Amino acid sequence: MTIRPIPALLVLEDGRAFRGEAYGAIGETVGEAVFSTAMTGYQETLTDPSYHGQVVVMTAPHVGNTGVNDEDDESGRIWVAGYVVRDPARRASSWRARGTLTDELSRQGVVGISGIDTRALTRHLRERGAMRVGISSTDLDTGRLLRRVLAAPAMSGSALAEQVSTADPYVVDSVGRRRCRVAALDLGIKTMTLRRFAEHGVEVHVLPAASGIDDVLATSPDGVFVSNGPGDPATADPQVAVLAETLRRRIPFFGICLGHQLFGRALGLPTYKLGYGHRGINQPVMDLTTGRVEVTSHNHGFAVGLPGREHGHSAVRADDSFETEFGPAAVSHRNLNDGVVEGLALRDQPAFSVQYHPEAAAGPHDAGYLFDRFVAAMTSVAA
Amino acid sequence: MSRRRDLESVLVIGSGPIVIGQASEFDYSGTQACRVLKAEGLRVILVNSNPATIMTDPDVADATYVEPINAEFVAKVIDKERPDALLATLGGQTALNTAVALSEDGTLEKYGVELIGASIAAIRAGENRETFKGIVESLGGRVARSVVCHSLGECLAAARSLGFPVVVRPSFTMGGAGSGLAYDESALRRIAGAGLDASPTTEVLLEQSVVGWKEYELEVMRDGHDNTVVVCSIENLDPMGVHTGDSITVAPAMTLTDREYQAMRDMAMGVVRAVGVETGGCNIQFAVDPATGDMIVVEMNPRVSRSSALASKATGFPIAKIAAKVAVGYSLAEIANDITKKTPASFEPTLDYVVVKVPRFAFDKFPSADPTLTTHMKSVGEAMAIGRSFPEALQKALRSLERAGAEFTWYGDPGDPAENLEAARTPSEDRLQQVLAAIRGGASADEVSTTTGIDPWFADQLVLLDEVAREVRTSPALDRDGLRRAKRHGFSDRQLADLTASTEEVVRGVRLALGVRPVFKTVDTCAAEFAATTPYHYSTYDDETEVAPRTKPAVVILGSGPNRIGQGIEFDYSCVHASMALSAAPTEHGGYETVMVNCNPETVSTDYDTSDRLYFEPLTLEDVLEVVAAETAAGPVAGVIVQLGGQTPLGLARGLAAAGVPIVGTSPDAIELAEDRGAFGRLLAAADLPAPKHGSATSYRGAKEIADEIGYPVLVRPSYVLGGSGMEIVYAEAELMAALARLGGSEAMSFAHPVLVDRFLDDAVEIDVDALYDGTELFLGGVLEHIEEAGVHSGDSSCTLPPITLGVEDIERVRESTRAIAEGVGVRGLLNIQFAIASDVLYVLEANPRASRTVPFVSKATATPLAKAAARIMLGATIAELRAEEMLPAAGDGGDLPASSPVAVKEAVMPFNRFRTAEGRGVDTLLGPEMRSTGEVMGIDATFGAAFAKAQIASLGGLPSSGRVFVSVANRDKRSMIFPIKRLADLGFEILATAGTALALRRNGVQTTVVRKHSEGDGADGEPTIVGRILAGDVCLVVNTPHGTTSGGSPRVDGYEIRTASVLAGIACITTVQGLGATVQAIEASRTGGLGVRSLQSWARDETVP
Ligand SMILES: Nc1ncnc2c1ncn2[C@@H]1O[C@H](COP(=O)(O)OP(=O)(O)O)[C@@H](O)[C@H]1O
Ligand SMILES: Nc1ncnc2c1ncn2[C@@H]1O[C@H](COP(=O)(O)OP(=O)(O)O)[C@@H](O)[C@H]1O
Ligand SMILES: [Mg+2]
Ligand SMILES: [Mg+2]
Repeated sequence: MTIRPIPALLVLEDGRAFRGEAYGAIGETVGEAVFSTAMTGYQETLTDPSYHGQVVVMTAPHVGNTGVNDEDDESGRIWVAGYVVRDPARRASSWRARGTLTDELSRQGVVGISGIDTRALTRHLRERGAMRVGISSTDLDTGRLLRRVLAAPAMSGSALAEQVSTADPYVVDSVGRRRCRVAALDLGIKTMTLRRFAEHGVEVHVLPAASGIDDVLATSPDGVFVSNGPGDPATADPQVAVLAETLRRRIPFFGICLGHQLFGRALGLPTYKLGYGHRGINQPVMDLTTGRVEVTSHNHGFAVGLPGREHGHSAVRADDSFETEFGPAAVSHRNLNDGVVEGLALRDQPAFSVQYHPEAAAGPHDAGYLFDRFVAAMTSVAA
Repeated sequence: MSRRRDLESVLVIGSGPIVIGQASEFDYSGTQACRVLKAEGLRVILVNSNPATIMTDPDVADATYVEPINAEFVAKVIDKERPDALLATLGGQTALNTAVALSEDGTLEKYGVELIGASIAAIRAGENRETFKGIVESLGGRVARSVVCHSLGECLAAARSLGFPVVVRPSFTMGGAGSGLAYDESALRRIAGAGLDASPTTEVLLEQSVVGWKEYELEVMRDGHDNTVVVCSIENLDPMGVHTGDSITVAPAMTLTDREYQAMRDMAMGVVRAVGVETGGCNIQFAVDPATGDMIVVEMNPRVSRSSALASKATGFPIAKIAAKVAVGYSLAEIANDITKKTPASFEPTLDYVVVKVPRFAFDKFPSADPTLTTHMKSVGEAMAIGRSFPEALQKALRSLERAGAEFTWYGDPGDPAENLEAARTPSEDRLQQVLAAIRGGASADEVSTTTGIDPWFADQLVLLDEVAREVRTSPALDRDGLRRAKRHGFSDRQLADLTASTEEVVRGVRLALGVRPVFKTVDTCAAEFAATTPYHYSTYDDETEVAPRTKPAVVILGSGPNRIGQGIEFDYSCVHASMALSAAPTEHGGYETVMVNCNPETVSTDYDTSDRLYFEPLTLEDVLEVVAAETAAGPVAGVIVQLGGQTPLGLARGLAAAGVPIVGTSPDAIELAEDRGAFGRLLAAADLPAPKHGSATSYRGAKEIADEIGYPVLVRPSYVLGGSGMEIVYAEAELMAALARLGGSEAMSFAHPVLVDRFLDDAVEIDVDALYDGTELFLGGVLEHIEEAGVHSGDSSCTLPPITLGVEDIERVRESTRAIAEGVGVRGLLNIQFAIASDVLYVLEANPRASRTVPFVSKATATPLAKAAARIMLGATIAELRAEEMLPAAGDGGDLPASSPVAVKEAVMPFNRFRTAEGRGVDTLLGPEMRSTGEVMGIDATFGAAFAKAQIASLGGLPSSGRVFVSVANRDKRSMIFPIKRLADLGFEILATAGTALALRRNGVQTTVVRKHSEGDGADGEPTIVGRILAGDVCLVVNTPHGTTSGGSPRVDGYEIRTASVLAGIACITTVQGLGATVQAIEASRTGGLGVRSLQSWARDETVP
């Protein structure tokens, strides 16, 4: 006989509530409710620092089937503020598994809820947009939990990168001969990004989020990289400044996700919050320079806007280009679902960024070529 | 948009008759493709010999050729139509092979026809396992080690190096025919032997076995700009060793980490590119070692496949439709996702539900066949179910099968777990039930997975089901939470009734009282990230329903469930037509909102844009009642149609009516009247329509008395089964006992169910009638004359329309009898009757108050949409109105076709070549009162001979024009055989016969050579027996009618060896004199001047009088 599950409650800031069963740690948590449509790679998702402060709703009903293993973490810990699934696996089945997800969540004190209508919740977030949410398995009173949810800070305007960044600089050696050196500003960098660099013969000097341009230059880099990360790009002025300095020195630049948004800001573009973000591994993005479509991995709630253009909604055209302090720039990639700007590039110097995740963990490897582009840019400049 | 402007017309090749391994999924894909191409303004030319398909409806293509699918006939079509391009990737292996043949014989080049979709090179690379191996290895992937062998000797040597078990594959044969798993040398001798026969190139491939590894499939879509996406991942619950077509499969994959999944995806993309599939869908299979994660590529199909249909239904991504669009130049980015409308097709669908497919088998029809599941496919159909969890989807899928014992049961003692596990070690149709029994008996998930190779996660989900069942059983009463929990795990009211020692009705009552109801979610390709515009629903026990309100009245159409022998694509055809007719019906609301309920992923009816709404649900009373409830809550419901999906929905009529659901058309009472022998008998008597004398008995003595009274031969059958199951013809008292014993009776004890004993009408001509009745007027759709005599199931015998030997007065008698029955039963809509004429008396064999298997055939042969008309009549239209609307001809009907009308011949296609006995011998091919065909073809031409010839070519692949004919017939057939055989001799055929037959022929001046009987064995100087010669391939036609009781021996076994040998050798084996006569006419017709091709549209134009 199964032991009766512990009841849990989920309340959204607009008052909608779901009752289910406690999953992972017993307790209470508050964060921004977002949904991820990925069907694989929950371990990568949970350990992705960009999810710091967010309560992730999985649209895939069965989660945890392959347990957790030693290879697939994207950082040292689980970052999500809370976890919502419909059907948690009762046992792990994978030759690599070394434990169940349920145990791992409890071990790391991640509060979750299971057994609720995750599709209903997802549709709600789609219609009303991402919003604050609370999960509790200690207090099942909707009113009280709602008050605590409303008391919590909203995602817009919060600077979280410092909280997830490394405390001290460290170096990741290249695999095999070193072809070039990159200074990487860690705003929530993922293990797979570092591995991809290493595989491309890049030695990466990972720097704390608070590092200044001098710290960057001190590594005498062939290129500068700014990683993905949590929070509102509008709050990241210091990093934008560093990035601008980098560009003024015409140092090759590559940015991913938050790094892309900051690049956009450095180019003088606005950023804005998407209704409910892109989180999943099936987003069609077109490389406007080649016309090829790549299926890409996404995790962002904010995006870069274009001056005088309505946000998203197929706003982007292949010939979109604009003047910046650093010369002409253009939109290099666009999302075919909703027209969101997915990539930016300067015309006259090797600096570009993408909103999505070419390191793809989890996700398809279609965008891996971007690392080659960056390395090519660095090596040609160096030569 | 960038559609190729240089193309104006495209030739599409269909997949022909339904056979095991190639079923209605290709009608679904072909239909989608044709519609797309037509919508693109291209002239679409179609060749398909299967009349029971939607794709061969005259309005789907511009020119529809119901002609045999082979290089010769397709070349004739090309010569006539001069298409710019040929699209062959949507018609299964048949279309692909034909395309290869047409390119090899230079036809494509000669007429400048471009092959679009996959190039010949790509097809070859995908098909030829050696080339393929090279490609995979060049990508750093692995395939199973293998050795090509040309002799048994080589096989044995190879097996020693590969180690047992080995997989035996005859190269270049579709659907794995002849392939198998050999665990030891004797098995290898057996299978390789069969394999060497099955392979046209007599070479077999021995492959290292990875039995027990996890099996996966990826459905990939590529466009001409090299944009490639994975539409769906499918995981087989049954590990490697069981053909994916016979496996329980799950989408999406459940037990892969992203790392392993992406590695698989990368390999799939690499393979598709390297093989060179320019555009379209293809399917790639993988095996993964559960212990190490090692991966090998099993095979790839450079075409739309059975799995593509499944993937389309599972994801909402219409693979065939998109494949057609990219084939004519569009990029995936330019094609809109039908379901969201605003996002493109260049993405990868993501699922927030679980899909389970379970196969449906027909071993009951082939008792001697080996029921072990192996590397070649044996299932005849499948059911798919969608749920929000695996247990829910699995249980829905199992009850969708409509097979007694398929649904998990907790009834009775599960038996010894060890024994159950041991039984489950060998894959069979009942494996999962055995596993559950073992779990009930205490087996653990790990024990299950070590013995069966079923992944521990799946095994644990089965354990979970058992836990939930125990909770239900041990809980004092069904409370809301307990009930909801059980429902969320897919338990049916029926199962809960078992668990609580109650009845389904009571459980349902409690459930409704407690307000435990399903909600309906939507299949939207994107896990709700975007709003869906297509109402494609499935039920689940969650919080929020997504059924939209309606103002138009709805008509709910119940489909026919999984394909099975006796109930297949023909019924789906009628359902689809009803849907078309009703949404277009001229009502005050401008048509009805059509709601389709079905669980068969292979069909057109389960395409989300066939009806206004689609519910992918099991066809059980419980599930249908919930759909009706949901639709009633959404808006007015005009009624439910149960008449078109065959026996499945018909069987629900009572229960639905009892629950107050309005049934349109023939009333449930009328249906019962027609099905209750007693009542129906009285009806016939009242209208004085003769029926064969009959009675029913519950004991041997009783049966014997009836037989004595009505006289032999008699037909005995159990009263509780339909589809002619268990029917036997008994010629003399001596055999009665044995026959009854087979039905489970014995001299002493009496039967559980009464046995029906009918006078068997010898040498009777059987007639099938499909008619429409609106309460006043009768419309005779068609009168089909069977070629084989009564005694061969109507579904297995070939038949002709218009009839060729019936006189006007016969037809008038048929018309009057049909009217009397339609009136007496109270039919509103379609009625099918089987008559038999014996010594000039017209007997009624049975009446089915529903659409029949022959409706599509008749509709095509006469260019009259019977099913559409029937649907309209069920909702109140009169035949007169439909004539006025020109849906039906202004005057006359299918009973009085003009002399100018073409002759259409239907021929059944039998699956004998797919089955072997456990000893590796063939199964008998004799036709009888029990239906065993899987599909049908149609031949249409100006004369019977030509039409019959085409039907034979389409079903058998050809008719001999010269060579050796072997004849061996029963005494009672000797006289009638002489003339046709003489004719064959005159046509230059050499006649071989067994002694008795030879004597009769010689006496009549036919030059005949005597050959040794199988029983005589090879001669002194090694003269081979007839079986030897057939297998050696020096006989081109076999005539063998079952030797009656003359020899005193059982009529069935004589000639068994001969018939099975003919199947192995792939030559025609005629088992009735009527068939012989027709074949001779056909051979003459095809020799004189040869056979032409003509489109249905052209036939119809000349025929329909304005
Ligand atoms: N090397 C092998 N070892 C064990 N089973 C195999 C092997 N290769 C194929 N099979 C099984 O046989 C089935 C049919 O093989 P496949 O290559 O897919 O031929 P088909 O063209 O008939 O689909 C597969 O679904 C798989 O379960
Ligand atoms: N009394 C009979 N005499 C001769 N043949 C019969 C008789 N009854 C049935 N048959 C043969 O058996 C076949 C199946 O019988 P039928 O009553 O039609 O069962 P089903 O429900 O399977 O169609 C018929 O198509 C016919 O060929
Ligand atoms: Mg296969
Ligand atoms: Mg019948």
